[in-house]
Order: sequence, then structure tokens, then C-alpha cells
Amino acid sequence: MSVLVYLESEDNKFKKSSYETLSYGKALADMMETDIFGVVFNCSNTDSLKNYGINKILKIDNPDFNDFSAKKFSHAIVDILKSEKIEVVILSSSANSKFLGAYLSGITDSSYVSNVIELPKSLNPFILKRTCFTNKAFSQTEVNSDLKIISITSNSFGLIENLSDPVIESLNINCVDSNHKILNIEKETGSVTIADAEIVVSAGRGLKGPENWNMIEALAKTLGAATACSKPVSDMGWRPHSEHVGQTGKPVSSNLYIAIGISGAIQHLAGINSSKIKVVINNDPEAPFFKAADYGVVGDAFEIVPALIEKLKARK
Amino acid sequence: MNILVCISSVPDTTSKINFVDNDSKFDINGVQFIINPNDEFGLTKAVWMKQSNNASVTVLTVGEASVETTLRKCLAIGADKAIRIDCLPKDGYSVAKEIESHCNDVSYDIIICGRESIDYNGGIVPGLLAGFLDYNFVTNCVDLNVDGKKAVFSREMSGGTEISECELPLVVGSQKGLVEEKDLIIPNMRGIMMARQKPLDVITAKGISSLTEDKKFIKPEPKSEVKLVKANELDQLIDLLENEAKVI
Ligand SMILES: Cc1cc2nc3c(=O)[nH]c(=O)nc-3n(C[C@H](O)[C@H](O)[C@H](O)COP(=O)(O)OP(=O)(O)OC[C@H]3O[C@@H](n4cnc5c(N)ncnc54)[C@H](O)[C@@H]3O)c2cc1C
Ligand SMILES: Nc1ncnc2c1ncn2[C@@H]1O[C@H](COP(=O)(O)O)[C@@H](O)[C@H]1O
Repeated sequence: MSVLVYLESEDNKFKKSSYETLSYGKALADMMETDIFGVVFNCSNTDSLKNYGINKILKIDNPDFNDFSAKKFSHAIVDILKSEKIEVVILSSSANSKFLGAYLSGITDSSYVSNVIELPKSLNPFILKRTCFTNKAFSQTEVNSDLKIISITSNSFGLIENLSDPVIESLNINCVDSNHKILNIEKETGSVTIADAEIVVSAGRGLKGPENWNMIEALAKTLGAATACSKPVSDMGWRPHSEHVGQTGKPVSSNLYIAIGISGAIQHLAGINSSKIKVVINNDPEAPFFKAADYGVVGDAFEIVPALIEKLKARK
Repeated sequence: MNILVCISSVPDTTSKINFVDNDSKFDINGVQFIINPNDEFGLTKAVWMKQSNNASVTVLTVGEASVETTLRKCLAIGADKAIRIDCLPKDGYSVAKEIESHCNDVSYDIIICGRESIDYNGGIVPGLLAGFLDYNFVTNCVDLNVDGKKAVFSREMSGGTEISECELPLVVGSQKGLVEEKDLIIPNMRGIMMARQKPLDVITAKGISSLTEDKKFIKPEPKSEVKLVKANELDQLIDLLENEAKVI
């Protein structure tokens, strides 16, 4: 019984999260003493995959799969499940992967476990560690389903290099009919997305108004980071909804989270707790964020942020 | 048009999260339960559609009698009817199966769930339900317009928004943006009074077994003290991030 990884790509390039899912998949396959396969939709250059231990690349090249569709992709994966003996399907935590994972479990009548952060504690019983209560706790979840579909939290496992010499198999898979049609995709240009980011620069109501976000964007750019914000900032329309992070917004699991002018309310912290290192910049030394952070600077953001940008630039 | 809104009753966002019975169960002692925030956006949208689409709105929870307070609140917000499937929810799979079984008896054009719940928060139920029922499915939904049998909707994806259309029936994973925070319906006295007259049916559960089980909950390790850097010594911060934390 093998392990199958969904390798998400965009514009003919794999997402970084694909390499992490693959690294996790390889480690799991080793634990299970089995092989690791990856399914690839319309991404021609698969060379980079062999750095992460993959045994077989299942390639689907069919323009019907050009746009992502949870239904179409799920049915294609079901076709693979019929021909290969797969016990675990692994996905990332991207918007598309989570969309796909849940639907795939539905049509295969199997379990779906999301927000997984470690390799199984044991295989028999199969016990996974995942976050729950929006990062306020972890659960050791026992999975009793023949087929197990799991998605792993980004940056929780990291990349593990592992050279392999994979077999490449082209699959001829037909796309299921669907009356669901994509009309348009509006891309935000040039920005790093929160889900993929290793560094997130986030700002709150302490910034006073949307006109002051230039320095936040400049700091993010210097660090190659994504920008995010607290809930009231997006509620007031200073920043788009897609930047709202926290318990009721997007989860953040970056390596570094920099919070500027954010008080650190419990609902905000819940969503960003699984980030590894947290830095707070706030002029109120009593702000609750200082209890949750690893590093902190007490002071005025309007002085500190520009100075920090200068120093980071000078360092490069 | 028939709309079903699936409601998860979750601990208030300020709740302290503790566990009992050898850390195998969530401690509900002193915890106040609320409508899952993602579901609340979906419910408000559904109530709007009573006007715009002549819809009738049913809310449903899989849960024990204690969740009825939450269902009454949904009726006060404007749902026409509430259903409780009577059992302790065990996992996303069994919950979705129970809801599926109800949807095989009563057919709905649109089923709105939250994108994810804020307690066990798997983002599991809506996708499973759509898969079980073979309905169209959109999650992270931030816009929805229904005209006759056709729905046009937007979903937030990484790095952008995707707009698409499909025929009903449709399962929606709702979130903020489907309606704005300021537009959420807050029940008024009249709504609360009317809610008492509205039907709240209790259905016997099918007793479907779960596929996953939370064996043990663990709380995060307490944080070590924050390291403070002076505002005029930012080089030190950069040094710490680079050499101690190794994140830049
Ligand atoms: C049901 C519910 C769900 C919620 N979900 C979320 C969620 O998902 N995400 C979320 O973020 N919030 C959420 N909230 C809101 C949360 O409770 C807080 O209200 C919110 O996080 C506060 O945002 P803030 O820190 O930007 O603003 P404030 O609390 O106003 O804090 C601003 C901070 O900026 C500091 N400051 C001011 N001026 C400066 C300066 N010049 N330099 C540096 N610092 C400065 C202040 O000292 C203060 O600490 C939720 C609330 C509820 C009730
Ligand atoms: N016990 C339940 N009863 C009814 N609906 C539920 C229940 N649990 C979850 N849901 C729905 O499924 C959504 C996602 O929940 P989850 O899969 O737990 O993240 C919630 O926002 C609800 O709409």
C-alpha cells in the first residue's frame, strides 16, 4: 500500500508547498516501508521532484485540467486509486488543496484529516497530530479508515532532500463532465500569498489609517514577505479581506510573523500561534502580544519600521 | 428555493480551552457557545435570499439538546425552521453522513456550511457532504448570486479570486466576505419573540460510526519570556532573527 502526494503547480511550476508535502510523504513512505507516488496535472518539467525522494511520477497532461477544479481533479485521483494501491493521500494546506482534500474524501467515502503537523506517532493504530481549536490545542487523532486523506500545515515539516530516480508514467485520464465553469480569475499581482509565505508582515489598528501601509509593504518587500492585517483593519476596509488573519480569518504558519501595531487579542493570536517566531512592535509595553512573542520592540511603529527597513537593506 | 444552513455550535472565541477525562474531552465548564462565525456569514446571506430569491431557510445542527439555544438564535436571526439531528457529533465524517441522510429525505437547492468550524476546525464537513451528495461545491466563498437554477459565485484562492458558475444544487463553504461583518444580522426583540413560535424538529440520528477519533488533546507549551530589543538598537533584532532564530 503506497503513499500518493498531490503535487500542486501553477504556471508550469511546482508550489513550494509541493516539495514539503513530498518530503513528508517520503518520510511517511519510509515509515510504512512502501513507495511514494506523486500526481502532477499539466506541469511539464518534473525534474525538481527527484530531489525529494519520489518513486513514481504520475503525469496527467490534458487541457481539460488547466483550471483547478476540486471535482475534476478528485475524480482523476479516484481513477489513480483504482489502479494503484494507495493507503494515504497527502495534500498541502493551500486553498486549492484543502478544497480538493475534503471533496476527495467525500467521493471516496473515506476520512480527511487536516492541519496535520507531524509524522504519525504510530502506524497501527494510525495516529496523527493536528492542531485544533484554532491553534489553541493539538489533538492526537486516530484514523480508522482504509484510505486516509490528510493535509499538512505549511512550514510544519520543512523540506528534506532525498535524491531518487523516479519512473515517469503518463496517464490518459478523461475529465469528468461538470456544469461548473470558471468565468474569470482575478490575480493579485506580484504579492506573496499568506499561505505560501515563510515570512508574514502584519499590521493592525495602531497604523491609524490605510495611507500608512506603504511602509508595511516596503518592509514586506525587503523581506520577501506576505502582508497581513488584524480583523478590524479589514472590517474597516483599510486592507482586503484576504489579508485578515486570526481565528476567524486566515491561519498563518510562517517561520516568522512580524506584528506591528497589533494588540494581540486572543482571537488574533489563535490564528497565528503556529508561526514559529513572532516579533511584536508596539508602543504599549502592556500590549498582550508581548506575552505571545519571541522578540519585541517597545516603541512607535512610525519610527521603528522605516529604520528597520533601512537596516535590512544595508545588510544585504 | 430551499436553503439549508448547517450550523456548528462552537465555544465563544474568547474561551479558555481546557480538557477533562485524561485530556480526551473538551471541558465545556463555564464555556459559552456561539454560532460558528463562518456559519453566521452564511446564515445572514441565506436570510437575505428569502427576499431576493423567495427562499425558505432551514438551519440544521447535529448535536445534543444543549445546542438548541444556538438554533433558537438562528431562528431569531431569520431562519424559518430548525432541525436538530440528535446525537453527540463524533467527527466530520459522521456529521456529514447524518446531514447527507437528511438531505436524501428533503431536497435542498443550496446547502451552506461554514468554510471551517473554529473548534475542531477541519474544514471537513462541507466537502464531504458535497462529495457524498454529488453536488457542486465551492468553499472559501466570498460572493454568491443565484438566478433560477444557476449560481454565480466567487471563491478566495491563494493570490486571487476565482469567479465561476454552475447549476444547482450547490454546497457552499461560507466565510467573511459573503456578507460583510457590519451587515451580520443581530437578532432584535421581535425576532427573538418570533423564534419561539418557529418549528424546531428533532430527528433521530442514524448512528453512523466515525472514522477518526481524538484520542488525546494537548495544550501548547507555555511560552518563554519575550526578548526585548531597544528601539534604537534594531541591529540587535536583525542579528537575533538571523543568527539565533535563523528565520531571515
Ligand atoms: C468573534 C470575534 C472574532 C474575532 N476574530 C479575529 C481574527 O480572526 N483576527 C483578529 O485580528 N481579530 C479578531 N477579532 C478581534 C480582536 O478581538 C481584536 O479586536 C483585534 O484583533 C484588535 O485589532 P488590533 O490589534 O489591530 O487593534 P487594537 O486592539 O486597537 O490594537 C492596536 C495596537 O496598536 C498599538 N499602537 C498604537 N499606535 C501605535 C504606534 N504608533 N506604534 C506601535 N504600536 C501602536 C496599540 O498599543 C495597540 O496595542 C475577533 C473578535 C471577535 C469578537
Ligand atoms: N455538528 C454539526 N452540525 C451541523 N453542521 C456542522 C456540524 N459540524 C460542522 N458543521 C458544518 O460544517 C462546517 C465546517 O466544519 P468542520 O468540518 O468541523 O470544520 C461548519 O462551519 C458547519 O457549517
